[in-house]
Amino acid sequence: MKSVWPVITVIAAILLFWIVAVIPMNMHLTADQAQRQDIAVSPDTPAARQDLSGAGLALRNTHLFGMTYTLERPRLPSPHQVGVEMWKTIALQKVTSRRSLVYHGWVTLSATLLGFAIGTSLGILLAVGIVYNRAMDMSVMPWAIASQTIPILALAPMIIVMLGSIGIQGLLPKAIISAYLSFFPVVVGMVKGLRSPDGMQLDLLRTYHASPAQGFWKLRLPASVPYLFASLKIGISASLVGAIVAELPTGARAGFGARMLVGDQYGQPMVTWAALFAAAITAAALVGLFSLLERLTLRRMGMQAA
Amino acid sequence: MTGTAIISALAVWGTGWFINARLAASTAAKTRAVQLLVPAIFGLTLLIMWELLVRLLEISPVILPAPTAIASRFGQELPTLWVDFEQTIIKGAMTGYVIGAFAAFVVAIIADRSDFLTRGILPVGGFMAALPIVGTAPIFVKWLGSDWESKAAVVAVMVFFPILVNTVAGLRDTTAMQRDLMRTYGAGYWPTLFKLRLPAAMPFIFNGLKIATTLALIGAIVAEFFGSPTVGMGFRISTSVGQLALDMVWAEIVVAAVAGSAFYGAVAWIEGRVTFWHPSQRK
Repeated sequence: MKSVWPVITVIAAILLFWIVAVIPMNMHLTADQAQRQDIAVSPDTPAARQDLSGAGLALRNTHLFGMTYTLERPRLPSPHQVGVEMWKTIALQKVTSRRSLVYHGWVTLSATLLGFAIGTSLGILLAVGIVYNRAMDMSVMPWAIASQTIPILALAPMIIVMLGSIGIQGLLPKAIISAYLSFFPVVVGMVKGLRSPDGMQLDLLRTYHASPAQGFWKLRLPASVPYLFASLKIGISASLVGAIVAELPTGARAGFGARMLVGDQYGQPMVTWAALFAAAITAAALVGLFSLLERLTLRRMGMQAA
Repeated sequence: MTGTAIISALAVWGTGWFINARLAASTAAKTRAVQLLVPAIFGLTLLIMWELLVRLLEISPVILPAPTAIASRFGQELPTLWVDFEQTIIKGAMTGYVIGAFAAFVVAIIADRSDFLTRGILPVGGFMAALPIVGTAPIFVKWLGSDWESKAAVVAVMVFFPILVNTVAGLRDTTAMQRDLMRTYGAGYWPTLFKLRLPAAMPFIFNGLKIATTLALIGAIVAEFFGSPTVGMGFRISTSVGQLALDMVWAEIVVAAVAGSAFYGAVAWIEGRVTFWHPSQRK
């Protein structure tokens, strides 16, 4: 627990930077609004204000600092505004309401988890195939590695349209993108893990006269668990990003991605910010969950993280 | 018709697999040529199967265009693809990548002076790197306009955290013995940094830089879904999907794949030159 104070300090520094940045970012909007309310602003024409930077304008109008934190549609909302918006859309709405972020979160999360389950299972199967079949290893492995350098996410809109035109809609297209994104990290990690037992350990099994199946279940599979968890943590956050991006260009009506787009198109920055933070919290919770599972599993198995 | 299609596709698959199985089992399997040939045959097999199935099953190009259709579209639209490449990869992704990497580097070196800050930045940065930062795209588009500046900003934020975490971790990766040696030489902070700790951190830094190449392309393309001038890969993908011109979408994806691999390859090449001493680079 040595790093609790450093972490808190770093987070506090980021928050402080954010809070200070709110003033110059919102100053132009605030000055316009203040003028409409007959508060003295210097300089007093919008055109003259446009020539000044946000910070310059802020220094001339120190009396308007308070107002920058209470705008209805700020360029940069302050942390407390985001917090209030999230509280309103998470706690104060029924979870079935379309205004509730829990509802939108579930839409995204269900696609993420379904896709993650598909991608991970297929990835593990392919990794087993690669480890036991030389031709498969030589054919597929270079592509699996190369595919990690390719922005697969760019495929998302096309996959949605492709599946839509053959009649598959709703949860599944998003899940397929999530599956695709979690698939390759799992393949690469699992191949590494299944190959991690060294010659000594394999020889030991041979002296025990162990069958290949026993070698798989008793040595290779347990040895791959730390690698599997490392891949799962990468895969789950990639899955979530995949599901969110899949909602963007396709006119999805629900989900975090749809909320971000709605906020963007209808000029409601708070909606976008709340969806963004809710997505971040979801990602953090998922990665945290897998870290916890990793710690518990590895402790029971008496192993070290990869 | 469906029967012939499936049988011929399976025949192609069988042939390709047979060749690869023979190659993998042969004594030449360890040579570099065969190791490149096998994946190439596998890729080619898939392409031929794709072409055959699309042609024989008469799949509509609105659902899945044939590889030859994509290739011919690619040839016809080279000028457009080049302009999009310039807008998205050179202006958006590369600018953002350089800014983000540079910023991460500077912050890491400043933070490295204090053990307290390092212990705070490592977990927070690792956490931030796992977040869906690409979601900030609409916000940056609103702030910086729809041209490449907003894309570069999204990319810079996306690549910042992985590079930061790796650099900070790398700067800590010297042993007490090595640092003591520098001290016996009478080396101060700066000589130690430049002669020992930065070189020792290079494998970590390049790991971060390599992870960030893919992130940079994703950020630049996805950010264009939120608003862009009428040029750019993300713009072209989303409008072509709308026009059901899927061959154009695939052509853009080919560009993205080639650009992604080339970008990664370039960083890996520089890594090989800079960290030639590291065990992972030894031949």
